[in-house]
Formats: sequence, C-alpha cells, structure tokens
Amino acid sequence: MSEKVYQFVGTTPGTEPYWDAAKEGKLMIKSCKDCGKPHHYPRGICPHCFSTNLEWKQAKGTGEVYTYSIMNAGKPPYVIAYVTLDEGVSMMTNIVDMPHDKVKVGQKVKVVFKDMDDGHKLPCFTAA
Amino acid sequence: MSLKGKAYIVGAWEHPTRKAPDISLMQLHAECAKGALEDAGLSVKDVDGYFCAAGDTPGLGGMSMAEYMGLRLKHYDSTDSGGSSYNLHVGHALQAIATGRCNVALVTLAGRPRSEGVQTGTAPRMGNVHQADLQFEFPYGPATANMYAMAARRHMHQFGTTSEQLAWVKVAASHHAQHNPHAMLPKVVTVEDVVNSPMVADPLHRLDCCVISDGGGALVITKPEIAKSLKRPLVKVIGVGEANKAQWGGVDLDLTYSAGRESGARAFEMAGVKPSDIKYASIYDSFTITVVMQLEDLGFCKKGEGGKFVSDGNLISGVGKLPFNTDGGGLCSNHPGNRGGMTKVIEAVRQARGEAHPKVQVKDPSIVLAHGTGGSLGTRHVGSTVILERE
Repeated sequence: MSEKVYQFVGTTPGTEPYWDAAKEGKLMIKSCKDCGKPHHYPRGICPHCFSTNLEWKQAKGTGEVYTYSIMNAGKPPYVIAYVTLDEGVSMMTNIVDMPHDKVKVGQKVKVVFKDMDDGHKLPCFTAA
Repeated sequence: MSLKGKAYIVGAWEHPTRKAPDISLMQLHAECAKGALEDAGLSVKDVDGYFCAAGDTPGLGGMSMAEYMGLRLKHYDSTDSGGSSYNLHVGHALQAIATGRCNVALVTLAGRPRSEGVQTGTAPRMGNVHQADLQFEFPYGPATANMYAMAARRHMHQFGTTSEQLAWVKVAASHHAQHNPHAMLPKVVTVEDVVNSPMVADPLHRLDCCVISDGGGALVITKPEIAKSLKRPLVKVIGVGEANKAQWGGVDLDLTYSAGRESGARAFEMAGVKPSDIKYASIYDSFTITVVMQLEDLGFCKKGEGGKFVSDGNLISGVGKLPFNTDGGGLCSNHPGNRGGMTKVIEAVRQARGEAHPKVQVKDPSIVLAHGTGGSLGTRHVGSTVILERE
C-alpha cells in the first residue's frame, strides 16, 4: 500500500521556527511568559491571557493519545489523533509506524518526524 | 429588553429537490425564497431584511444574491457559522425586527454538493493559507467524518457509549423518513444494518453519516403585527442562544461536549422553559454522535447518558419520549449544501403548525426546539438553539 502523502501548506509570518526545528527533529511549543501556559497551534498572541510575551519551548516529544480515528476511507487509510503532550497541551497529529488496530486511547506515544512533500518534516507519533 | 416573542416565523419552505444538476445555485436560493414567501402569504416587495451565510451564497456575502432576487434592503446579515447559520439567523432576525431595523426578514440556504461531486465527509478541506490552524492540521488529513469520529471515540472511552447506541439515532431517523416522499433514504433500517455498514472513519460507519444532497430552504420572519395579519398558524420565537467552542489552545481540550451546552442554556433561559417542556426537537444530525452529544448538552439527559437516552426508539415519534427530526433529518432526508440547520428549523415549524406528516406529527406541539452545530465537533464550531411556541 502506498504511503500517506503529507502535504506542506506553507508558513505564515512567525511560524517558521516550528518548521525549521522540525527539520532538526525537534517539536516546539509556544508558551506564554506571562501566564505560563503553553498553547497549540502556535500563535502570536496567547489564547489564554492575550499576552504577546511568548516564547518557543522544545517539548520532550512524549505524551498520550487523547482520542483517535482510523480513517478507513483514506487512500491509504491513516490514523488521525489528538495527543496530549507531557507539557499539558494537546495537538492534532497522525499515529504512524504501528498497526492501526493497536492504537488505544491513553496509550503512551513519542514523536517521530515524517517527510512532507516539499522537504519539510511533520511531527507524528508512534508507540513509546 | 427581552426579545422573547418579538418575532414570528411565518414562512418556512424546503426545496423538494435532492439532486439539482440543472438548477443554478442562485436560482435554488431564489426558488426557496419564493416558496417561503408564498407559504407566508407575503410578497418579495415586503422583504426589507435579508439573512444568508456567506459560504453558500456566491459573490460577496449576500450582495449578489440580493440583487438576483431584486431585494431592496434596510438590513443585511451574511453571518456564517456553517450548518448552524440558519438557526443563528433566526436569532439575528429576531434582534433586527425587535429593534426596528427591518419588518420582514428573509433567510435562505441552498447548495448542490451532490451534483458537483463533493466528497463532503471524507476529503480534507483546504482552507485559506491565512487560516493559522491550517498548516498545523491539514497535513494530518482532518476530514469532517474523522473529526466527528474522534469526538465519538472519546465519548465512548469516557462514558461507555457504544456503536449500537449511536445506531439507534439512525434507526429513529429512518422510521420517520419512510413517511417523507422526498427523503433520499426512505428505507427503515435496524441497529444491525448500521453497525454492519462499512466503516468510514472508525468508530463511525457509513450509516452513522448524513447524506450528501442538493437543495435548500428558506424562512420568513416578521414582527407580531404582520404575523397576526396573515393566515398561517402563529409560531413565535421565544428563545434563541448561540455559543462557540474551540480547542481552547489545546490546554483544556474536551471533545465530549459541544457549544450546545451554552447556546441551549441561553435559549432556555430566555424562553423561560425547561428541556422537559419541549414536545419536539430538531437536532442537528451530521452524524449520529452529533445527536447524542447535543441531547446531553441541551439538558435532555445527563452528560454521558446520551447513548442510553437514544436507545430503544426513544427518539421515534409516537414511540419514545422525545420525537426528533421527523422529516428523516440529515441522516435520511437531506443535508442541502452540507448545511443542516435550515431544515432543522423548517421541520420544527411544521411540527409547531401541526403540518408535519400525520404519521409523525406530535400531539401537542406547543413548544418545539431546533438546534444546530456548524463547523466541527473535533476542532471548532458554533452552536445555535431556537425555541418556538405555537400561539
């Protein structure tokens, strides 16, 4: 079966550090220096306290599956999920490199980076 | 100032088509407008307020649509919240009428995704590159079906909801659809039929998903003096509420509830009624899970007990406690333009008037509800609740 193609959409001003770090195998999360809370997807303003005093922090790259769906209608089928990182923030992702029917809610996972169609790398997760 | 009862829905019309390759999108809107105005006994010249969703009307907002129909407007609103837009428009029209901004409000919806071959539920939708979430979500293949499937999976995990319980929602809808000559799927189905249908986005099967159809609908809403001069049954808007829900920055992600929790509470408070007062409910049914979650959020049962609530035919008219979607809903009848809020309001109006199909008409339709969820339960959406009273 063919591999899923990960299509790079493009950056918007301010998101380049996320994608540059991903190329080096690092998962970066935006965090607020005022309220201390992380958020995802990354923004230029904190959705928790509206501060613009933000910083990028490297995540450990481990977490657990909050929920998932096996996209049987996909060509090829794939597993879409939300993973809650150990840092306490959840992100949409794909669960990869493991049998689809072995994915479970609550399962411990770790980040892996998949090649995108244009040379960028995409953070995905697999069994830890 | 309470807006309760300051407007009436006097026209409600659903286009009978489910596939319209030979009718243009703008003509579909116009035919719906004509149908609703004739239903009300009003003329297009009476319309001074127009409400549509920017996403299903070609051109800039409703500007081109207003010109196509020859409208001369005092009030104009093209708020788009996806499939719940039309529930929202009832509330916005109520506000505009109560504050004297317009006297006769027209709301239209139309769409032709079936003729255009749109893979509504299974193809990830590419948005605008300026949409900040897109680069962080689109590469993972978020399609409408798998976004709702993730909400279903979490609901199952947290509350023990089962595929069989979800299937009861479709079974109830099919019992109603058999009486609707326009329904796309008029055949009565069983729980086994649903859970044995092909898996689209696990745990949602094909029969857990709504249909893809062309069509549309329209509403005419006006002030009490005009409503009382017409020959139609009086259907008064007594409660409206809206709310948005999001991932909240990923910190408080909770896919087990919808914006209906807030929009419903606001509508019930304004109307001064309780869920137990509702005799009929139109509940947005993009997927079976959507219904289960919204019933909980609107207060028809406790959070987590929606699966149990919908089981054993509890949503079937004449059988269960809460008759829902007596036209067959999006699951069986139609989902015009991938937007189901309009037909939710229309069937609620039919019920309140006593004009639903005799086999599904509820006995005492004194207070009815129409609720919509537009967007995605899995990411971000807007809920809107409308409560109507037969006067």
